[in-house]
Amino acid sequence: MKKKSKLNLFFSYLLIILIGLVLIYPIVWMFFAAFKTNEEIFGSTALWPSAWTGAGYQAWMEANPGSGFWQYFVYQFHNFAEGWVGVGQNSYANFFWNSFQIVIPTVILTLVSSTLVAYGFARFNFPCKNLLFAILIGTLMLPNAVVIIPRYSMYADWGWVNTYLPFWVPAALAGAPFFVYMLIQFMRGLPHELDESAYIDGCSTFRTLVQILLPLMVPALFSAGLFQFMWTYNDYMNSLVFINSAAKYPVSLGLRLSLDGESVVNWGKMMACSCTAVLPLVLLFFAAQKHFVEGIATTGMKG
Amino acid sequence: MVQTATKPRRRRYTRRDYQAFLYIAPWLLGFVVLQLYPFIMSLLYSFCNYSLGSSVKFIGLDNYVRLFTRDADFVKSLKATGIFTLAVVPGKLILSLAVAMFLNRDMRGINLARTVYYIPSLFGGSVAVAVLWKVLFQDNGIVNAYINALGLQTIQFWGDPRYALGTICSLEIWQFGSSMVMSLAALKQVPASLYEAASIDGANAWHRFWHVTIPQISPVLFFNLIMQTIQALQNFTSASVITNGGPLKSTYVMGLKLYKEAFTNFKMGYASAISWVMFLIIMAVTLLLFRFSSAWVSYDD
Repeated sequence: MKKKSKLNLFFSYLLIILIGLVLIYPIVWMFFAAFKTNEEIFGSTALWPSAWTGAGYQAWMEANPGSGFWQYFVYQFHNFAEGWVGVGQNSYANFFWNSFQIVIPTVILTLVSSTLVAYGFARFNFPCKNLLFAILIGTLMLPNAVVIIPRYSMYADWGWVNTYLPFWVPAALAGAPFFVYMLIQFMRGLPHELDESAYIDGCSTFRTLVQILLPLMVPALFSAGLFQFMWTYNDYMNSLVFINSAAKYPVSLGLRLSLDGESVVNWGKMMACSCTAVLPLVLLFFAAQKHFVEGIATTGMKG
Repeated sequence: MVQTATKPRRRRYTRRDYQAFLYIAPWLLGFVVLQLYPFIMSLLYSFCNYSLGSSVKFIGLDNYVRLFTRDADFVKSLKATGIFTLAVVPGKLILSLAVAMFLNRDMRGINLARTVYYIPSLFGGSVAVAVLWKVLFQDNGIVNAYINALGLQTIQFWGDPRYALGTICSLEIWQFGSSMVMSLAALKQVPASLYEAASIDGANAWHRFWHVTIPQISPVLFFNLIMQTIQALQNFTSASVITNGGPLKSTYVMGLKLYKEAFTNFKMGYASAISWVMFLIIMAVTLLLFRFSSAWVSYDD
């Protein structure tokens, strides 16, 4: 009996590890491919870059007489360096700066507006509340594809195309109903007595929100912020539609530009660019993995 | 999932209650200007001949008639989107549920597994992973290198219309981690007493799965099902970056068709008609799901 369960445990771990390896392998491969040449990337199952072997090191030293280990080490990153230069006038420094100009205000505005709206729905009774709430839920299912064309012609009329306003303004107006819904559900879970007693003590509704509820909402806001960061950073279609000069491209469009920019693609360089592009997400994930995983586990599922 | 006001309604609204409109004002404004107005306009545009910068001319149902009778590409895009959705949504849901069930046990290191499995979802629809997939499945890429090592013939994943769409589906299914995490959290909330009671009544594992697990986690499954269907029907990034609709339009999904008509050909009216076909499909599927859901989704908590 005991032996059987031990065997069982062993196979369970084996399966868990195998699935994990299959899932992670593409990402790991992408990282190592950033240190390879086209010849090495294609037609080979090897993971480890050949330059990182003893033979590779010696070959490099012979080809570059007079260099030391440090020069060899720095040279390994040439795909990153060449990729970072970008296309034409626009380097990845530019693309990253643009991405952060889009993402950071979008995240902050989303959190502020969604909190206010969620407060209105979760803590007040007002005329037409049920109808408005149903509309909010309905917009959760409204596909972006349906509104993007009229939005484009509106923004074109207002001179917003090729600016970041098409990202900031919807965020300021609680344009992502998912987060409003998520925060409403979260606020409903907080005890009513807290803010009702504050209100009875003469605290204004806004002060009640800021001083009583907000501190309790930090975990939910943190998760919402992470998701909005991730979604906005990864977003491709909206950037493609609303941004049309390369100087204003975020990272996602920059990558596309690098891919299309050459007739013969240097895939090692392309992988280096891709690694750089996903780096902010990876760093954020490892810094706050608990909030990602717990956040998704508790969002939009209860109620 | 959809829950309306739970508090008993008071007969009169107090002055405090009206302050709510201050708080929901941003959303109300956003809803009217950025959702409702574009929503209605896209319906109107869909009955018009409208290119950016030119005048809008009403042409009745012409756009729709053309889509279904004279535009062979549109029919192909409908087919591609249908196959994509039918492969990705069930594929992701079943895989995420199966893995979640498997991980739902007391073992050391489960949290690590959960974290690792989540990583692919981190990159969502990003261009970086689309580019990665493009390289992995090249004719002389690493996947084919493994296939050749097994002594099999090279598969033209991107060049052969039989495989391209499936390969794009694999990219989406690979990102099943976020639904898995949701399913896992739901599984953890199923009271153990229910399983015990079922066992005492003589239910085997299969019965316990169908009669305890599924009804208990059905709201989460249903939420995932709806959201993923809506997302899959609009898919754009992977097809746009990797294949650009090819080969032979086999990956020309509706999202891509819509983008090209609207922002490459600037046929805004025509593209609006596509967006409305898409919307009607989403509505129909959602309503159907809701209808069938009453049979298996229970909201008794």
